[in-house]
Amino acid sequence: MNYKMMGRFIAQTMFIEAIFMIPAGIISLFCGDISAAYSFLAAIAATVLIAGLLWLLCRRAPRAMGAKDGLVCVAVSWIVLSLFGCLPFYLSREIPNFVDAFFETVSGFTTTGASVVANVEALSKGILYWRSFSHWLGGMGVLVFLLALSSGDERGSGFTLHLLRAESPGPNVDKLVPKIRKTAVILYSIYIALTLLNILFLLVGNMPLFDAVCTAFGTAGTGGFGVKADSLAGYSPYLQNVTTVFMLLFGINFSCYYLILLRQLRSVWKDEELRLYLAIVLISIVAIAVNIHSLYETWTETLRHAAFQVGSIITTTGFTTTDFDQWPHFSKTILLGLMMIGACAGSTGGGFKVARVLLLFKSLRRNIRRVIRPNRVQAVRSNGKIVDERVLDNTNAYLAAYIILTVISIVLISLDNFSFTTNLSAVFACFNNIGPGLEAVGPTCHFGNFSPFSKIILSIDMLAGRLEIFPILVLLSRSAWRRK
Amino acid sequence: MNIVIAGAGKVGIALAKQLSMENCDITLIDSNQKVLSACAEQMDIMAVHGNCASMTTLLQAGIQTADLLIAATNADEVNLLCCTTAHGIQPQLHTIARIRNPEYTEQIFAMRDVFALSMAFNPELQAATEIERLLKYPGFLRRDTFAKGRAEIVELRVDANSKLRSIPLSAMNSVVKTKILVCAVLRNGESVTPNGNFILEEGDRIFVTAPTENLTAMLKHLGIIARRARKVILCGGSKLSYYLASLLEKDNISVQIIDSDIDRCRELAAALPNTCVIHGDATDHALLESEGLAECDALVALTGIDELNMIISLYAGTRKIPQVITKLSHLGSRSIIDSLSLGSIICPKELCSGNIVRYVRAMRNQTGAAVSVHAIADQQAEAVEFLVDENTNYCGIPLRDITLKSNILIASITHGASSQVPSGDSVFVKGDSVVVVTSGRGTLHQLNDIFA
Repeated sequence: MNYKMMGRFIAQTMFIEAIFMIPAGIISLFCGDISAAYSFLAAIAATVLIAGLLWLLCRRAPRAMGAKDGLVCVAVSWIVLSLFGCLPFYLSREIPNFVDAFFETVSGFTTTGASVVANVEALSKGILYWRSFSHWLGGMGVLVFLLALSSGDERGSGFTLHLLRAESPGPNVDKLVPKIRKTAVILYSIYIALTLLNILFLLVGNMPLFDAVCTAFGTAGTGGFGVKADSLAGYSPYLQNVTTVFMLLFGINFSCYYLILLRQLRSVWKDEELRLYLAIVLISIVAIAVNIHSLYETWTETLRHAAFQVGSIITTTGFTTTDFDQWPHFSKTILLGLMMIGACAGSTGGGFKVARVLLLFKSLRRNIRRVIRPNRVQAVRSNGKIVDERVLDNTNAYLAAYIILTVISIVLISLDNFSFTTNLSAVFACFNNIGPGLEAVGPTCHFGNFSPFSKIILSIDMLAGRLEIFPILVLLSRSAWRRK
Repeated sequence: MNIVIAGAGKVGIALAKQLSMENCDITLIDSNQKVLSACAEQMDIMAVHGNCASMTTLLQAGIQTADLLIAATNADEVNLLCCTTAHGIQPQLHTIARIRNPEYTEQIFAMRDVFALSMAFNPELQAATEIERLLKYPGFLRRDTFAKGRAEIVELRVDANSKLRSIPLSAMNSVVKTKILVCAVLRNGESVTPNGNFILEEGDRIFVTAPTENLTAMLKHLGIIARRARKVILCGGSKLSYYLASLLEKDNISVQIIDSDIDRCRELAAALPNTCVIHGDATDHALLESEGLAECDALVALTGIDELNMIISLYAGTRKIPQVITKLSHLGSRSIIDSLSLGSIICPKELCSGNIVRYVRAMRNQTGAAVSVHAIADQQAEAVEFLVDENTNYCGIPLRDITLKSNILIASITHGASSQVPSGDSVFVKGDSVVVVTSGRGTLHQLNDIFA
């Protein structure tokens, strides 16, 4: 493996992280939270120092990099990012336990939004900003950001496609335009534009600027850290509806937006994944609204809550406007199902991805047909194009890995002796990067009561879910570290 | 007329034969000396050895003085290059190229000026259209349409239990209870132009001309059930199968393709979303049965080997499949073929030669040229469609007062939207479309050639 090249990339991501800590530190300074400001300063200093040393060590790195290096590099850099990102929480003593701080940061970068903090409103502004900003950075991916900044004229820079593939979600990630740097720039431009639009819409609804920025970061990264203890329940119906719409927008494949910019509306409308995504959303909203309408006074309110919760869960954001743990079992089961499905591939959302569900159903249909007609030669198509057999294989393998990891995690965290629903929903909520689960980890509760061991297991789940399992599995596999 | 034909394949040789009989000077180019020598021995043509897309070879073949180039090698790209090069040498040259790759079909039409193409032909696509027509309107062994589909010549076989057996042609109209005309009969491989006393026998293949609606009535009165095919099995996954399957997909007919090459199966499955592609041997009866041979409405044998196609069709015949169509590349042993019940027979190379012959005749005389030319009765007779114009003689004179050459029959006259079977009182006027059937050797270049 090309350790020096990986070291360079990791050092670069750390520099970026340090730069992004600066605005959070300034906010702390402005609000007069001197201890928070000092902790940011210390965190920045530590990050820059260690990144600088790493940089010096790995200055002369050979360029070549394979698929394995890409996967390992992404996995390691995300862990390093979380380790340094939790320093402000830990040093400022606002989250005094290191494992808790690490969990909170992983939850931020992986856009999960699961919190160990009992009272969010007690945290200082700078810390809250950093928490929400980690969602925004993790949503599109810090390495993608790095690719957008890198000078594209480097010789042999085509290998960075492995980084894009490893960090961007979806079964079949590819470039939008021939140059990888331009692809990253396009992705981030769309991302920034949509985020700014979201902030604007929230400001129009009279939300305070700080709240608007943090909520928009949480929505854009489909994260779910709020600045209020009751998430979005205290805001006006307008703000909740705006957030519903933007959550759903950020759950759509970003290449659709690029196609819209290219005025290829027809191919966007014909996109099978988008259609399935919208169909699932609509059907779930209607089913839940019918199921819960007795709990609320008017149908408008029922629909608003149903739409918000469905949008929040399927895009794996995790904001809430109501305690859905009080809902009937039918609605809760639907939400659990949506947790697994997740958002579209190529979006900022997590979960299993609608595209994979589509491929699974298609390959299942093919296998059923094959039982009936063993000699039939069939091709699986998506949007009219043939899906490569390797993509199908990968999707099936992903399902297997997904189920195995889920089961192992549930078994391990059940050591804490919570109820089965709590354990199941906690693993679902973390693995699919959602945030709130049911019962003891429901919308009104938090993850603080788990043992440090369970928190580490859940942190690994969050990372595995955000990076789509394989980078973490490669990191853990022996063959990746063998010399030959 | 000087014609250069590039490529001595099946189509190239068939065209050379036909056009040299029409008194054209043919130069045949091919890179295979053996094939060329054989052609030069069998036909009265010039043979040039070399690469037909190279300027040297083309000049050697006398492209400077040629009127027409037909590029019919087995590679589309070579055909295009050949036409473009030849056109560069001789800008007045007409060029015809064979383009078979489905991926090129669209661009050839849009880009024909760039490639300097006067016409492109695709035997497989033509054969596929022909088979589709047979499947959509079953009951006939073959159909040729004229006057934009208003008149037709169809082929029927007189079976042992046919109502047409052993009746004279003069009684024909009362048996089928509609007005039709038998313009040619093929008996024991010989084409006969019948008169009223001619008595039909078992095994005769008759060529009937009538307006399209009369033909439907005829089928009904003959008791031939003409159910439209809903499920079709195609044996063999050639280009022709691809074209046919994509045409049938559009008609909502369920299609199954059986091919023994797994890679070809994958390609077909990728290109045809609604077709069921089966990997297996089409001669394996067990496979055919398990793929629902008993329920299918039609079977088309399209493998690359004629003998295989014949075996498959014969098996389908014994299983009483309503409609069987056999593709044959060579019709050499026609008498053997006729003795077998192979259903309709499609020969791609002969289908496309009709179009090219028509083009050549049109080039020869700019006015009054044939609109379409169809070879019928095993190439022994020809049905030619003409438009009546101001130069046509005998306009407005009843047919009984006109003397025609021997072996010439006026098969249909289409006036405006209505087509009729001509009688002695019929007349044709300017603007009408007339179909003439000739079994003579002489070529009809314009309508006036039919008058004695």
